[in-house]
Amino acid sequence: MAGITRYGSYVPYFRLQRSAIGAGRGARAAASYDEDSVSMAVEACREVLASDRKRPKGACSEPQAREVGGLDALIFATTSPPYAEKQNAATIHAALSLPARVRTLELGASSRCGVSALGLGLDLAAAGQRALVAASDVVIGAPGGARESQGGDAAASFVTGPDEDACAVLRGRASATTEVLDVWRLPGDAFAKQWEERFGAEVLAPVLHETVIRALEDAGSQPSEIATVILDATLPRAAAGLPAALQLKPEQLADPLATSVGRAGAAHAGLLLARALDAAKPGDRILVASLADGCDALVLEVTDHIADARPVHSVDAWLASCRDDLAYNAYLKWRGVLPFEPPRRPEPDRPAAPPMHRHERWKLGFVGSRCTGCDAGHLPPQRVCSACGAVDRMREEPFATRPCRVTTYTLDHLAWSLQPPVVAAVLDFEGGGRLACELTDVNPADVAIGDELEMTFRRLYTGQGVHNYFWKARPRR
Amino acid sequence: MASRGIKDRVAIVGMGCTAFGEHWDKGADDLLVEAAGDAYRSAGVDPAQVDAYWLGTMGSGTSGLVLSEALKLDYKPVTRLENMCATGSEAIRNAAYAVASGAYDLVMATGVEKLKDSGFSGLVTSRPPDDGTGQNMSAPAMFSLLAPAYAAKYGVDEGQLKEVISRIAWKNHVNGAKNPKAQFRKEVPMEKILNSPRVAGMFGVFDCSGVSDGAAAAVLCRAEDAHKYTDHPIFIKALSFVAGPAEGYFNQDYDFTTFQEVVTSAQDAYEQAGVTNPREEISMAEVHDCFTATELVLMEDMGFSERGKGWQDVLDGRFDGDGPQPVNPDGGLKSFGHPIGASGLRMMYEMWLQLRGEAGERQIADPKLGLTHNLGGQPGRCVSFVSIVGR
Repeated sequence: MAGITRYGSYVPYFRLQRSAIGAGRGARAAASYDEDSVSMAVEACREVLASDRKRPKGACSEPQAREVGGLDALIFATTSPPYAEKQNAATIHAALSLPARVRTLELGASSRCGVSALGLGLDLAAAGQRALVAASDVVIGAPGGARESQGGDAAASFVTGPDEDACAVLRGRASATTEVLDVWRLPGDAFAKQWEERFGAEVLAPVLHETVIRALEDAGSQPSEIATVILDATLPRAAAGLPAALQLKPEQLADPLATSVGRAGAAHAGLLLARALDAAKPGDRILVASLADGCDALVLEVTDHIADARPVHSVDAWLASCRDDLAYNAYLKWRGVLPFEPPRRPEPDRPAAPPMHRHERWKLGFVGSRCTGCDAGHLPPQRVCSACGAVDRMREEPFATRPCRVTTYTLDHLAWSLQPPVVAAVLDFEGGGRLACELTDVNPADVAIGDELEMTFRRLYTGQGVHNYFWKARPRR
Repeated sequence: MASRGIKDRVAIVGMGCTAFGEHWDKGADDLLVEAAGDAYRSAGVDPAQVDAYWLGTMGSGTSGLVLSEALKLDYKPVTRLENMCATGSEAIRNAAYAVASGAYDLVMATGVEKLKDSGFSGLVTSRPPDDGTGQNMSAPAMFSLLAPAYAAKYGVDEGQLKEVISRIAWKNHVNGAKNPKAQFRKEVPMEKILNSPRVAGMFGVFDCSGVSDGAAAAVLCRAEDAHKYTDHPIFIKALSFVAGPAEGYFNQDYDFTTFQEVVTSAQDAYEQAGVTNPREEISMAEVHDCFTATELVLMEDMGFSERGKGWQDVLDGRFDGDGPQPVNPDGGLKSFGHPIGASGLRMMYEMWLQLRGEAGERQIADPKLGLTHNLGGQPGRCVSFVSIVGR
């Protein structure tokens, strides 16, 4: 039976208060200066793959005993791809150290693509295949506009498969395609445009209504039987009439997280679905519908396996772990909207393709080495052991989920960064291995020797048109 | 470590050194013409007499042509070399070995760096194309790791350690104020040093050496020929150089309170020179005070202070210009800035002046042995050079 076997989410650490923009109440989630849709997708996917991670505070259940089985495909959905050409899904694939035989596919162009990708994963499941689906978006709006204040940044991930141990099985679905100029953006444009809201709402509201009805019919469900209804649309107005039309009770409607995250583009419906699954009981039916350029609607039924499928972090755990005082000018600088005085330091060089390719397992997968002779750990991987001198007697050693501690650190006010000072630390990993690296999502004043940290996948910088992805350490979230 | 050394087999018979500073009006070629010209005159030789040349520079040009073209050398061998911040010392070391081998009778070691044309703050180095996973740490940040580690290991309050490192800056500026060739020729009050804007960790602006342009040069010959050129040659007692295996960035036992490379190279140099008690036998030293905490740790690594006691020696004034063991009597990198290829030769220039009694108001009474020390890299991953010279 086609279903979801695992799910995860990721909400970045920073919140931009709408009061800081003069745009109403609540806050939007904001990707940090070193994050993009790819790095956030990796974080969400690690939630479903990294079953050996220790539970930080706020975790919603015990560690998973079982690993995800062999994947056949990775599907990435975003409207904010870091590269327009050069597959972003391949970077996620490498960061997760997936086997080469796992094929990748990338969807975009409409914020509906997140739910479309999940539907595609369920299609593959019906065909007996297993897919990892990641939806992630960094939503940037022109200063002063609704997209800036009402948008959000987040990611969600799902493993779909034919497994009997699915935590949610597909009971019904429906789709519709609508050609309409509602939200659009030319290649190279920084900001999307939107036609007059009343027009888009008038055209799309009936599409949502009709598609949801068909999906419910396909599932054999009455509206009143749905435990949680997730309605996601480019315009809240377009979905506003549906609850009354279907006679839905307020408690059936999923909180759209409008005041804590904002609408996170292609990731939004998936984020709300993850949150619904965080709280779901076996037997619950969940409707998720995403309205943009048409509509995709899925009806899922939660199974007895839900307790085993939960990720390391619940959505609410991510929401609780935040810094909520991001300055508006810092936000604009991070998003590349606001020009700023550069430090009197050279801009970082672009990383070079051949060394990146040679060191892919290290750079993207954070795989070091361990000496088979004396057990010394090495980051980056070495050929000659630093402890016993053995040559070419190393085995690969993944370090991404290994606990580490701050041995010493410094605040670097001189090094180039979008957010000085650089917090640089020497980290010692449990079981051996040391690395000097940057800290992120951290208040410089709060760093202390002995702090336990966890690794996070980031975009360090973009140099001469090349994104430089690598890992940093952050306080446990 | 096995090195036979060349004790008393090679002499320095002439030296030249430009003023260090922001030479907006001079390029690397101009600085080399000045430094080499002073060295020729100092040794009383003309360019035709010098058989071979070494040029140390990290980034101010590639190949021996930088020197041969500037000086219009008459088809002579010129070796251009680089060994990070120890580059200038490497020029001396390799030139000395060439003389000791008998391959040449008279050679010149030169070093130059033109840093102030970059337009950036601090030191700018270029890396070969890489995978983008290297450290994003400035030099002050790398060395700033020493201070809290030292404070924690030896139970020194961080406020007190800040005073210790500030006193090192204060001392070196006091010395530099007396040196006409220094970049900064003013004493700086302790209050100003203590409160200077932070650069990295515990380091303020005054904990960092400056950025300057400069060049220096030395003429070397076999010891038995030395008196042909000068009545007061100085003799090389020891030359040691170590490049570490970067153990500090692999081994969790490394605690950022020492440079093993320095310990090893200093020990090697002492053995070559027959020094058994460096605290008593080394009259003076020019050490690599790229940052104030570096100088503190060096005092212990080179055996001038006991482990964990260097900070007390600093506060006691042991290393002051008029103290029992002056360190950086010329003002050090702190007062001179650090034009990479030139610094090691600039250190030797002070030994040259002091051992010949020509250091003016900085003159140390009757020095016997002088030590120069150069360091390149960062704590845990560096190269280290130590020389010992005497009359």
